[in-house]
Amino acid sequence: MPAIQSQVAEEVHPDVALVARAKLGDTAAFEQLVRQYERQIFRVAQHITQNREDAEDITQDAFFKAYEKLEQFQGNSKFSTWLVRIAVNESLMRLRKRKTSRTVSMDEDVQTEDGSIPRDFAEWRPNPEQLYGQSELGEILRKTIQGLPPGFRTVFTLRDVENLSTEETAEALGLSVPAVKSRLLRARLQLRERLSRYFRKKNGEAKP
Amino acid sequence: MTCTEFLSKLDDYFDGKVDADVLAEVQAHVKKCSHCEVVLDTTRKTISIYRENEVYEFPAELRERLHAAIMKKCSKAKV
Repeated sequence: MPAIQSQVAEEVHPDVALVARAKLGDTAAFEQLVRQYERQIFRVAQHITQNREDAEDITQDAFFKAYEKLEQFQGNSKFSTWLVRIAVNESLMRLRKRKTSRTVSMDEDVQTEDGSIPRDFAEWRPNPEQLYGQSELGEILRKTIQGLPPGFRTVFTLRDVENLSTEETAEALGLSVPAVKSRLLRARLQLRERLSRYFRKKNGEAKP
Repeated sequence: MTCTEFLSKLDDYFDGKVDADVLAEVQAHVKKCSHCEVVLDTTRKTISIYRENEVYEFPAELRERLHAAIMKKCSKAKV
């Protein structure tokens, strides 16, 4: 159906106009982009670095770099994906600086063959939200994701917390689609396994 | 479908991207494998609990401070 196809093709993301205006020096247009994405960029940075001060610095640096390099943004990807990519790179760089003893990259922590095989088959009953209060639940979620290797944490954050597609995640991380898929599976299963320690159906035993 | 094959389809299954025949195979597998049924359910909950709960707070005060700092920094940039 050609009519429908051309309609879809003409649908332009609202960011395109804002980016075009910002490129011409319209600060208000850039400020609107900042408003739209500052929460997301801060969240991504905090998930990866697990450190609030670092996340604040990275959010500032990512927008600053985006502003400086705006001319280089060709619009082949979404502006938000491009921005996330800058923030991810800044975050990983920050982690590398912090950890002197080992390097941090998207290539590490992969291929431990048994890493993705589920071992805990207990149901989660009652639902975690019924089992724990909001602040206790938040603490469990923070502690659990903190324990994931940075490469897995990053993929999980982009795909499942920020809801990026597999293709967008691959683009933001400079990885292939199969690489994203394999890391995502491992990340999800590892998180599931770790959360199960708190959420598994109890048989009269105490919470961990 | 084996348990390993089931795991490899999980991502596309959650995205609603599996073909009808694969979907039927996944559903049939889960029906007869209680382990994978639990893995499917708890993995789905893992995703939704992280998506629905703001793990890190972003209070208005922090947002305003950060926003002002970003705009101040950018105002000094050479574009």
